[in-house]
Order: sequence, then C-alpha cells, then structure tokens
Amino acid sequence: MEEISQDVPNSVIVRRLTKTYGAVKALNNVSFRIGKGEIVGFLGPNGAGKSTTMRILSGLMPASSGSVYICGVSVATRPDMARKHIGFMPENNPLPEDLRVSEYLKFRARIKDVPSSEIDKRVNEAMEICQLQHKASSKIIGNLSKGFRQRVGIADSILARPEVIIMDEPTIGLDPHQIIAIRELINSLRGKMSVIISSHILPEIELMCDRVMIINQGSIVASGTSESLRKDFISKDKYEVSLRCAPEEFGGIIANLGNDLQIEKSAQSQDGYYNYVLSTSQTRGDLGALLVRELSMDTRFALREVAYKKPSLEEIFMSATRRSWEQISKNIYTKSGSTSEIESSNGGAK
Amino acid sequence: MKRFVILWRHQLWQMMISPSTYIAAFLFLAFMAVLYILALVDLSVSASDVSPLSRFLSLFWVPVLFMVPLLTMRSIAEERRMGTLATLMTTPVTAWQVVLAKFLACYFFYVLLWCMTLFFPLIAKMYMQNGIDQAGLLQIPQLLSGYGFIFISGAMYVAIGIFASSMTRTTLVAGMLSFCMLFFAIVGAGMISKLTLPDDGFAMLLSTSTDYLHTFRHLEDFSNCLLDTRPFFLYISTTFVLLAITSLVTEAKNS
Repeated sequence: MEEISQDVPNSVIVRRLTKTYGAVKALNNVSFRIGKGEIVGFLGPNGAGKSTTMRILSGLMPASSGSVYICGVSVATRPDMARKHIGFMPENNPLPEDLRVSEYLKFRARIKDVPSSEIDKRVNEAMEICQLQHKASSKIIGNLSKGFRQRVGIADSILARPEVIIMDEPTIGLDPHQIIAIRELINSLRGKMSVIISSHILPEIELMCDRVMIINQGSIVASGTSESLRKDFISKDKYEVSLRCAPEEFGGIIANLGNDLQIEKSAQSQDGYYNYVLSTSQTRGDLGALLVRELSMDTRFALREVAYKKPSLEEIFMSATRRSWEQISKNIYTKSGSTSEIESSNGGAK
Repeated sequence: MKRFVILWRHQLWQMMISPSTYIAAFLFLAFMAVLYILALVDLSVSASDVSPLSRFLSLFWVPVLFMVPLLTMRSIAEERRMGTLATLMTTPVTAWQVVLAKFLACYFFYVLLWCMTLFFPLIAKMYMQNGIDQAGLLQIPQLLSGYGFIFISGAMYVAIGIFASSMTRTTLVAGMLSFCMLFFAIVGAGMISKLTLPDDGFAMLLSTSTDYLHTFRHLEDFSNCLLDTRPFFLYISTTFVLLAITSLVTEAKNS
C-alpha cells in the first residue's frame, strides 16, 4: 500500500487524477506538483473542474482514480492525516451565523489539534494578520460584512499553520481595498506555506501567484509562470500607438514599415487623435524604437504615444482554453471520421 | 476521543444559543405541565388504580412527536445547506464523530427536558401535603422505570430525528420527515396489531414482530416496574444502526 510518498520536497503531488460523474468526466488524468512555499493560481472557465480538484485535494470528495499526496501523505488512504496539513477555504466561505468570530476560531483551532496552551496565541495571531483583532473579534459572524467574513475564512485557513492552503475564490465580492489587503496577506505567506488559489479575477492571480495552471474540460491545458505562458500561447506582439493620422493613410505607412505590422483596432478620441492597436507576428518586443523613429518624422502626425502592449493573463487564458477546445473538436472530428469510415467499410462488406 | 468531546461541546453550545431550542423547551414543558394537571384533575374527579404519573407518561409520545423534530431538524440539514458541514469535514474529524456529537448533544437536551418534568410531582407534593402516598404521586420505583423507558426509547427517537436531518438540505423537510418516521415508530406497531388478518403463518409472524415492537406495551411493562431486556436491545441497537447509516449518508452526501 502506497501511503507515504518519497517526494517530500513537493507539498502537493497529484498523479493522473480522474473524477467521473456517471458518464461525465469532470477531471481527466490531471497531474501536477506544487513546491513548498509556492503560490499557485488555478484558472478555468465555469465547470472546468477547478472546484472538483480542490475538493479532492482537501479530502472532501474521493477521486475515481489517480492519487493525491499532501506533504507526502495520501489523501485517499489517510484522509485524517492529510487534512492536518491543509487549510481549506471553500467557495462562498460558509460560516456559522450565530457564533462570535473569536469563539469560532477557537473552536476551529481546537478541532485542528492546535495545542491547548497555544490556542489563544494562534487565534490572536491569525486575527492580527487578517486585521480582525480590533473591529470584529467579538462580533457575531452573521452581522459581519462580506469582506470581514472572507477574512474570517482566511484566518481559519492559516490558524493551524498548515503546509498547504487551498482557497476557492478568496477575493470574490470584495471591494478594492479589501482585495489589496488580501493580496498582501497572501503575499506574506510566500515561502512559508504552499497556497493554491482559484479565481476568476485574472489580474489578481497574476499579481499574487508564482505559477498559473489553466484547466479546461477537466484537463490542465497550460501551466507555468505568466512569462513562460506568454511565450507559449501568444504568437503576436502588440503595440499601442496614438497620433493624428486617419486609418486610410496610417495603413499605408504601417505596410511600408514591414515586419508584418497590421492594424488590429482603431478608435478616434474626442481630441482628434486616433488610437491604434498594431499587431505583428514577431514576438521580439523590439519594434517600439522603429515605430517612434518613423512616425515622429512627419510632424503632422503629432505622435503622442507608442507603447508595447504586454499580453494579459486574460489573453493567455483565452488562447489556452481556445486551443484546448480546438483540440477537443479535432479529436471528436477524427473519431467521428474514423467511425463513419468503419461504418462505410462495414456497409461495403454487406 | 478528544475531537469528539470538542465537537460535542461545540454542538451543545450551538444548541444553547439557538432560539429553536428554547422554543422547543418552552412548548414541551408547557404541554407537559398541562398534561400533568389534567392527570391530577382526573384523579380528583374519580378514583382510579392508575397513578397520575402513569397517566402522564402514557401520553409521552404526543410531545415527542413535536419536540424531537424541533431539536434535531437543524442538526445536519442546516449545516449542509449553509456549507459549514463541508468546512468541518476538511478538518481531521470523521463523519461518525460529527454524527455522534450531534446525536449526543440533542439527546442531552432531550433528557434534560424530561428531567425538568420531574419537578411536576415535586411541586404537586409541595402543595398537596395530605394523602400524597395514597395518591401515588411519588412512587420512586415507578418513577425510575417510567423515566428509564423515556430515556432509552428517546435515544432511538433522537437517532431517527438525526437520520431524517441527514437526508435533506431543507430544515422543514427534515422536520416533517422526522415527524412521519417517529409517528410510524411509535404508533405503527400498535396500528398493525389492530389489523384483522387470516389466521396463518404470516399473521403469526406479524403478530410476534408487532408484539416485539409495540411501544405502548414496553411503556406499560416499564411503568409496572417489569424490566425486560428485549426493549433495551431493540432501542439501543436501532439507535446504533440509525447513527451508523446517518454517518454513511453524511459522508456520501458531502462528497
């Protein structure tokens, strides 16, 4: 029986994880590793399998096949041991409405095996980190605002100082100040705890996470740092240009510059300037100087801005999910093609 | 064991701060007080061999049908609806520990409320100084065996309530389910035994089974200080079976 894995330096090891609901495959051979102290963002469209993965990791749900190790302990065979290493904050952060914050956190500390002598210290520490100490510690949870409730959820997840923290949509419904506070809090955990965050707010993930995993249709379709994903998934450089030149004339100028430059978007602003987004098949990111030199030569254009447009995580996400959809469609097409070939050959035999 | 005690204390605390517990307690005690007064009034009107305590306990099932669903309906259904059960299950606790803690917390309140009804004969004794022994208000053996039955059968009724609560996310549905199951458990055997069936093997088997399950017969035996091990076995074993099924249901529905 494989209960303890030898790959201890990784906090989370997931091997060939599959989960089926009847005929539907929610997860299909998902494998990944998360190092100690690493912050990983988990992205995917609705129904991609993010929450299923997180629920399996936290031991709430059994997998159909595959294995999950948390700090070397198998979640399937030793769920109680594995849960000791996990702090989980589920989606919507359910909390008991009628308890006070400090009361609830003390209960959670006790149930998570925090030594009795340390409970008060740990609860105060978690409330201090989550800025609950002064305003909310003695309030009833049911009376708290959404932001404070999220903080209670985060305080609960870090309370027992687990090696792995799993957060499903931790910043959902928060105002910008609260998002910044939670981002700083998660950043402060870097190097100390492994954190897995699922979110739909892509810029947040980019700011908080060391690595991003994109899941679609139950499979990991992209994994890496945002820089490496840009290289893998973005095949075009984009530049933003602002000047006084109509699209008809500007198109000709751009064509003369070569480098496969094309106008992707154009819009006229109220002050008479035109704002363009140019794209090129090159991904060197060094056409800025050329554009500035060529476009500033004619003073009529009154060139105002040339900027390299860094591809956002949103674009990477769209590209990765689109690619996986295309792959799925291709597979279905290949399968149906081969099926019809078989059918036609059978028909011929008849 | 340590985690179970923590969970049990937490459940007790949650029940203590929940208004529905106090509503259940108030309704129960008010209803029982009325029943006891009626038993005393009956005794004052006509002489009877049946003691007021026996009369009072013979109607135990009426408040049980309302109190047990009120005490238990929130226990698992509400937690599942809110999602707090899932959060709890991400800690190193097992479904069995959670279910047992909830059961014992509800059972504690059930026993506590019935113990409060012991004040009724005591109060009656305080105000009716004459002829108390003759009236049989405080016959200790009868009192112990009668309440013994209430406590032992109560374990099964509370387990039924907890089981009903694990079957659904809606508190109201859990309450209604619990009411129906309790009604059948208490009255079902008596109703079946009243059916007129042809005199064959099946009728004999049914008669033996209903005799074994007949709640009011058990109560009668206990009230007459006739202690039989079979009702003990029936109620305790059914309680454990129901709790085991509840923990399996809780685990399965949580995943």
